[in-house]
Formats: sequence, C-alpha cells, structure tokens
Amino acid sequence: MDLSSINPILLLASLMVAATPIILAAIGELVVERAGVLNLGVEGMMITGAICGFVVAVNTGSPWLGFLGAAIGGALLSVIFGVLTQILLSNQVATGLALTLFGLGLSALMGQGYIGIKAPSFPDWHIPLLGDIPVIGPIVFQHDPMVYVGLFIVAGVWAFLRYSRAGLILRAVGENHEAAHALGYHVVRVRILAIMFGGACAGLGGAYLSLVRVPQWTEGMTAGAGWIALAIVVFASWRPGRLLLGAYLFGGVTVLQLNLQAAGAAIAVEYLSMAPYLATIAVLVIMRAGRAPGSLGQSFHASR
Amino acid sequence: MTMKTILAGATLALGLATGAAADGHEPVTVGFVYVGPVGDGGWTYEHDQGRLAVEEAFGDKVETVFVESVPEGPDAERVMTQMALQGADLIFTTSFGYMDQTIAVAEKFPDVRFEHATGYKRADNVSTYSARFYEGRAVQGHIAGHMTDSNVVGYIASFPIPEVIRGINAAYIHAAEVNPDVEFKIIWAYTWFDPAKEAEAASVLIEQGADVILQHTDSTAPQAAAQAAGNVVTFGQASDMAEFGPFPRVSSIIDNWAPYYVARTQAVIDGTWESTDTWDGIAPGMVGIGEITDAVPAEVKASAEALIESLRSGEYHAFTGPLNKQDGSAWLAAGETADDGTLAGLNFYVEGIDAEIPQ
Repeated sequence: MDLSSINPILLLASLMVAATPIILAAIGELVVERAGVLNLGVEGMMITGAICGFVVAVNTGSPWLGFLGAAIGGALLSVIFGVLTQILLSNQVATGLALTLFGLGLSALMGQGYIGIKAPSFPDWHIPLLGDIPVIGPIVFQHDPMVYVGLFIVAGVWAFLRYSRAGLILRAVGENHEAAHALGYHVVRVRILAIMFGGACAGLGGAYLSLVRVPQWTEGMTAGAGWIALAIVVFASWRPGRLLLGAYLFGGVTVLQLNLQAAGAAIAVEYLSMAPYLATIAVLVIMRAGRAPGSLGQSFHASR
Repeated sequence: MTMKTILAGATLALGLATGAAADGHEPVTVGFVYVGPVGDGGWTYEHDQGRLAVEEAFGDKVETVFVESVPEGPDAERVMTQMALQGADLIFTTSFGYMDQTIAVAEKFPDVRFEHATGYKRADNVSTYSARFYEGRAVQGHIAGHMTDSNVVGYIASFPIPEVIRGINAAYIHAAEVNPDVEFKIIWAYTWFDPAKEAEAASVLIEQGADVILQHTDSTAPQAAAQAAGNVVTFGQASDMAEFGPFPRVSSIIDNWAPYYVARTQAVIDGTWESTDTWDGIAPGMVGIGEITDAVPAEVKASAEALIESLRSGEYHAFTGPLNKQDGSAWLAAGETADDGTLAGLNFYVEGIDAEIPQ
C-alpha cells in the first residue's frame, strides 16, 4: 500500500466537485418536502435537466445558457407532477415514480442526436487572491462556478426558510396544510411553486453531470444520483446545513474509497464500495434525527 | 366441467400449437436483452449495431425486438420470459450477469433458442459466445507500456469476473514486456455503466500519477476526464470512441457482433441451430482494433501492428509462457500457451501486478 500517492488537497478538491450534483438536486427536494410534497421524480427531473442543458449548451455554445435551459426543463417537467398531484390530487408516490420513468424515457428520446458530441468547455474559476492561499485555495477557491452556485443556493434556502416571511408560510403549508389554508394562504399555489423550484434545482444537478462532470450526453447518465439526493434529504432531517454535510460526506467517502483502491489499500474492495452509503447513513442518523414535515405526502383540497 | 368444454379446450390448444409450429413462413423474431442504454457509446451500442445488421441482412424475413437497460437479476428473467411469450425464436442476452436467468428461462421455453454473451453455462437451447478481448488488451498494454512516462497505468475495472481479470493480465504482461518498470493501479468501479463514477475513478487515477488510462467500463466519461487533464492516453472500449481521437484516445477495442448475429439468425431460419460455444478473436473479426492514431510514435505503431498481425495469424498467443502467477508459483512454462479452460475461469493475477482481486 502506498498512501503517500494520495494527495489530500486534490482529494478534498474533488470532493467538492463530486458532491455538487447531489447538493443541487437535494436542496430542491428539501424545499419541496418542507412544503409538504413528496416528489420521488428527482431522478427523472435530473436526467431531463441533463439533456435539456446539454442540448441548449451545444446549440448556443454557452454553458451558462445550458444551465438556464436545464433549470427550465426540470421545472417544466415538475409542473406535470404539480398539476397531477396538487390539482388532480393523484397519489404523490405513484406520480413521482412515474415522473422518474417518464423523465428517463423523454431524455433518451431528446438525446437521440446528441450522442458522442462534446459539450462546450466550462473552465474552472481561479478566484484571484483567495485562490492563491496555500492549501485552502486549491481546495475551495479553484472550481468551476457551478460549485459556488450550488453553495449559494443552499445558503439562500437556509436563510429563506429561517428568516423570511415567505419561508415561514412555506413551512406552515408543509406542517399543517389545513391550518395554513384556514389562515388564508393558498396551499396549492405555494406547493406548485416549491415543486417548480425543486425541478429547476434537480435540472441544474443533472446538467452539472452532462456539462461539467462527465461532460457528455449518455442515456441514463445520472445512474441513481437522484435517489441518493432523495435519501440525503431524509437523513439530513430536512435541514439545509446537514444536507450539505451529508452530501460532502457522501462525495468525500466516494472519492476517498476510489483513492484507497488506486493506492492498493489492504481493505476489501466490497467494504470500500459500500463505505459512502454506510458512513453517510451512520453520521446523519447518529446526529439527533429531526421530524418530517407534518403534512408530508398528503393531498390537500380546500373542500376537506 | 363437461366433456364438451374439455374437448373444445383441447381443440383450441391444438389449433394454437399447430399455429405456432407452422412458423416456417412467418418472420423469425430475434430478441435482444441489453444491460445498458443503446446510446451508451460502448458495449450496448455495439450489440445494437449487430441487431441492426441482422435487420439489414434479412429484411422482412426477420423481426427484431430489444429491451435496454435491463438490470442483472430478477428483472432480467422477467424481460426474457416476456420476450419468449411474445414469440421470440432466438434471444441474445448480452451481459455476463444474465447467465443464471438465461438458463432458468431457457428451461421453461425449450423451443426458444438462447444465446448468452460472455458466460460459461450452456444447455440444449442455450449457446454462449464471447470475444477474445484479451487479444485487444495485449495490444493496448503494448502501446501503454511505451507511452507512459510516469510508469503508472491506471485501470478502471468493472466486476471481478474472469473476463475482466483476463484483460488486466493481458494488458500488464504486454506493458511489462516493453517497460519492466510499469505499475498498474486498479480501481474496481462495480458497475458497467455509471458515467459520473467512471469520471471520478479516472480523475483519481490521474491524480495518483497515471498517464495512461485503460477502462473496462462502457461510457466515454474516462476519455473526457483524460482530455481535460491534457497529457493522459486512453483507449476506446467496446466501441471506437473515435470522437476522442487522435488524442487522448490513441486506439481502441471494437466489438463486432454483426457477423455472429447474422450467422446465428441464419441458422435458426435454416433450422440448423445448435448449442455451441463460440470464442472468437481478432482473426475472425469479432475483436477489432481501432485505428492507432499519429499521437503514437511511428515505431510503436509499427510494433503494435506487428503484434496485431501475429495474434491474427495465430503464430502468437497473448498468454505465452514463461509466466508466473502473482504469488510467484509457475503457471506457464516457456513457450507454453494458456488453454481456453483456464482462461475462461481465470481468477488470479500474473506476477508483477501489485494488487489483490476482490473475492
């Protein structure tokens, strides 16, 4: 075993990149669930965002427009879910699963002509001054801009839920939709907006894979990242800070286990492969578990 | 139940049976079960090219159906059963992990012929077929040994099965032959297809000093990671992946299933189909070597092409002694070549590889 071949700075730097798609998708789902809606279609919205972003970026040559297109694509797909579950009152679990299957098929169809094409490059930012700090600079301040957009969204969601009036309304709708309705808040409207935000974030997460991480379009490329994001929301007990911790832990242990394998560590590969899942679950469960939003997964209609 | 209804039922069943038996004039239906999406640009893409070749060769006489992204496990059995019930005459199951399911479904449908790729379990109506990819790996190893400056070659492996272990051994033997200082760093991804994970594995290997990446996973993500790094050599896997040439992709292994699929479909039409075990290499064209680009020095390209030619003509075997096993015990004496039985179940590394196979 040659552990000296692992460079801790590069390890921590790639951790931030590896966690970004999951952070983006999970923070959107967190808002959706705090509004009392369980959308299991994250994987479908992610992959739809991945292809929408890729198509727009390739045709315009601009990765930024690609990310915008991904957010719009993810949000549009989530509107289908919103209309079905909030207005037509269909079952949220079944509709969410159907959304995932639909998204996987739709993305494969949209991506027919885009296999084997390269995405326009999306260069890393070398932030002046901050990026030159030894050790911390390369770890934190020399990434592509989407890494910081992801962190910014997490911070924004945290502040929105904690300090803003609109955040309070959203939480009220999620905790007890009947009470929120009695106070005169428009439950369905709040929820559809939350669902659209979740779709846009999932779309960004998917596009991060197709435009930055891989960067290419291949069918089924999210390969379960949406489900990891869903699980991290629950294990983070619906709190943005813990979500960040969980995603970094998952991304970090994933990168670490690959590093240990390449360095020839004397640990069975099977244990290394399961390590990211075990470590994330263990840490987030040991931290005091929170409570799910009171109305999570329940349909609401004003007549009841 | 009266005698009349039983008779009616029997007549109906007989009618159906004769209807099914008289399929000589109806189109033969050929089914394909894929492990990945047809757009993966690698393994499944090439199988689907084989399916399209069957359609082209037979036109109206043959109908093809396929199901993509079928997980290895109970789902595969369901998909195969469905295909058989829908009247498929010949079913290709195109991943190692479908082996037990193929055998199980074949038992239930004795009249349907099955062809399982890369497996070793056969039955009266189950053939197996595979390609000697290790011949291509030998060529890759040869080029990799010449091209590496850091003497570290990264290898993204999928699952610890003989197929993958053969590839690692063949590549290592021929890399060490031209560059005794070469070292292999191996990452087991435990997936055939997960672009994000493959990209991460490639980045990790590059960070740890590898300047050549070999992959036994199906997506093009490692190619893109190598391209971003700038000075890392890669090889196309399963498909040519020419869009990453001339650099980082300097050559490739191409799976060419089309001739085999056409021949086996013809055998079903002719009624001459029999359970066989096919294992073809470079010579019959099942394993193709993609163009070696100009990024490779001319003398290396020439020696690689000489190696390809000697493998094609059969004068050289990719596993020729003297070779020791990893623990130093003797495997092949000088001049001795490995027999197919040992290769089919290969579960050890050759001497010089500093890693362990996950058990």
